[in-house]
Amino acid sequence: MTFDSLYYDIGRLDRLSYRDTFVHRLDPRIKVIAAILFLFTVISFPKYEVVALAPFFLFPVLLITIGEIPALFILRKVLLVSPFAVLIGIFNPLLDAGTVAVISGVPVSAGFLSFLSILLKFILTVSAALLLIATTSFPGVCHALRRLGFPAIFVAQLLFLYRYLFVLMEEAMRVIRARDMRSFGTRGTEMKVFARLIGTLLFRTVDRAERIYHAMLSRGFMGDIPILRKYHITTIDLAYLAMTIVFLVIFRFFRVTEGIGRIAQELFR
Amino acid sequence: MHMADALLSPAVGTALWAGTAAVSGYASVKLKERIDDREIPLMGVLGAFIFAAQMINFTIPGTGSSGHLGGGMILAIILGPHAAFLVMASVLMVQALFFADGGLLALGCNIWNMGVYPCYLVYPLIYKPLTGNSKNPGRILVASVVSVVVALQLGAFSVVMETLLSGKSELPFGAFVLLMQPIHLAIGVIEGVVTAGIINHVRSARPELLDSIAASRPLDTAISLRKVMVTFAVLAVITGGALSWFASTYPDGLEWSIEKVYGKGELPEDEHGIAAKLKGIQEKTAFFPDYNLKSAGKEPKKAEAAPAWPGADAGTSAAGIIGAAIVLGLILLIGMGIRTFRGRNAQT
Repeated sequence: MTFDSLYYDIGRLDRLSYRDTFVHRLDPRIKVIAAILFLFTVISFPKYEVVALAPFFLFPVLLITIGEIPALFILRKVLLVSPFAVLIGIFNPLLDAGTVAVISGVPVSAGFLSFLSILLKFILTVSAALLLIATTSFPGVCHALRRLGFPAIFVAQLLFLYRYLFVLMEEAMRVIRARDMRSFGTRGTEMKVFARLIGTLLFRTVDRAERIYHAMLSRGFMGDIPILRKYHITTIDLAYLAMTIVFLVIFRFFRVTEGIGRIAQELFR
Repeated sequence: MHMADALLSPAVGTALWAGTAAVSGYASVKLKERIDDREIPLMGVLGAFIFAAQMINFTIPGTGSSGHLGGGMILAIILGPHAAFLVMASVLMVQALFFADGGLLALGCNIWNMGVYPCYLVYPLIYKPLTGNSKNPGRILVASVVSVVVALQLGAFSVVMETLLSGKSELPFGAFVLLMQPIHLAIGVIEGVVTAGIINHVRSARPELLDSIAASRPLDTAISLRKVMVTFAVLAVITGGALSWFASTYPDGLEWSIEKVYGKGELPEDEHGIAAKLKGIQEKTAFFPDYNLKSAGKEPKKAEAAPAWPGADAGTSAAGIIGAAIVLGLILLIGMGIRTFRGRNAQT
C-alpha cells in the first residue's frame, strides 16, 4: 500500500464523519467513552476465549448500519493493518499444541484457540477505533478529549496537525512528483537527496507555521482555539451510553452464546 | 513496531496509559511555563510534516529496498523534549485513529515506546551530551545514529515486555527478543543516518532555525533533568504498583513471563495454572452451569477428548460453536434488516 492511497483513505474517513445520522448526532464525549468501555471489555476476555466474543460484533455492525458507513471500506482498512497482530499470534498454534477439543474429528489445539481469540479481538478493537473516527469528526474527538481533561496545549496542536495534514501531504506529493520527473529508476532516491528534500520540506513547513501564526494573530488568537458548535449531552446520549453499558455487562459476565447454543441443541435433538 | 490492542491485557494497557498521561501532563505544564503562542501552530504543523515526510521514500544502500522517516528523534532535536513529546503523541494518535496502527488502548504503550524514550531519555541523556554545542557534522552523525538506535532498541524491547506481561502471545521471551531487536537495530542505523543528514542540511542552510527553537530553549539542564528523573522515579513506582496489583490478581500471567525469562517451567504445567483460573471464571460466570454436566453426560464420546483442558470440554465447545454461529447470524440479520429498512425509507 502506498502512502498516496493512505492519504485518500484519510480524506474518505473524514468525509464519512460529516454525515448526519443518529450515530453522528450523538455527543462526541459519549461516543469516546462508549468506545473505550467497549475496547476494555473486549480486551478483558481471557486468552482462550473465542465464542463469547461473537456477540460483540453487534457493536460495529450497528455503528456501520445506523451510521451508514460502507462496511467493505472498514473491513479493507482492518485487513491492511493486520500483519503485526497476525505475526505475533501465529506462533501460538505451534507453541501451545495441547489438544483441547476434537470437533468432528479434527483436533483443535489450545494455541489455535488463543490465536483465533487474538484475531477476533484485533478485528473488534481496530474496527471500533476506525468507526469512532468515521462517526465522529476529528475536531469532535479533539473537543471530547479537551472536555475529558486532556491538556489544552495538546488538543490545540492536535487540531493544527489535523488541519495541516492534508496541506502538507499535498506539498510532499508535489516534491515526489518533481523528483520522479527528473530521475529514472532509483536515481534520485539516495539517502543524501532524501535528507535534502526533507530538509527543504521542513523549511517550507516552518515558514508556513510562521505565516499561519501571523494570520491567526491578526484574527485575535490568544493561545486557545474556541469551537463554534456547542455540544450538549441529552437524554438520548445518556440512554445510548446506558444501553452500551448494559450490553457490555450482559455479554461479558454471562455466557449467552453458549446458552443459545445449548438451547438450540435441545431443540433440534 | 506499533503495539496492538489485541495483544494487550487491560492491566498492562491501563498502566502504560497512566504513565503516558502523567508524562503528557508534565510536558504540558513545562511547555506552558515558557511557551509563546507562536509555538502551538509550529508544533501542529511539524506533526503534519512528519506524516508528509513519511510519504517520501529513499533507497537503502546495498539492499534496493526503501525506507522512510520515523520521527521521534528529529522532533526532539528541532523542538526540544517537551514539545516534541506532545507532537509525537499527536502523530501516534492520528495514526491510531485514521490508519488503525495499533489501537486506542495500545496508544498508551505506543506513546510510551516511541515518545517517552526518544524525547525524555535519549535526547537529554545521550544526544545532548554527545553533541554538546558542537556544529561538527561528523559529531552530529555519530550522536544521531547512537540516539536513534538506543531509542528504537528501548522501544522494541518494551513491545516485547508489554506483550509478554499481557500473556496473550505464546512467543518465548528469547525468540521474541531475537525477532525484534536486530530488525530495529538495522532500522535504527539507517534512520540515524537520515536524521543526521537532515539536521546537517538544516544546520548549513538555515542555522538560525535550530538555534532559535531548540537552543534558545535549552533543557535548563541541571534543574529540569533532575525533575525528569524524579518524574521517572514516581512513574516507576506507579507502574510498579499497577504491575504488582496485576501480579497479585493474575499470578500466572507474571509467573508465566518470568518462567519464560529464565527458560524454566514447562508448558503443560502452565496450562494447568491458566486453565484452572479460566475454569474458576467460567464457574463464576456460567450461564446455565448445570447444562455442562448434562451434555457431558449425554455425549460421552466427545467428552473423552476433554481432560487436557478442563475449561472447554467437548460439550461446552459444541454448544459454543453453535451459539456463536447463531449469534453471528442474528447480528448479520439485524445489520441487513436495518439497511433494507433504511433504503425503503429513503425511497418513499
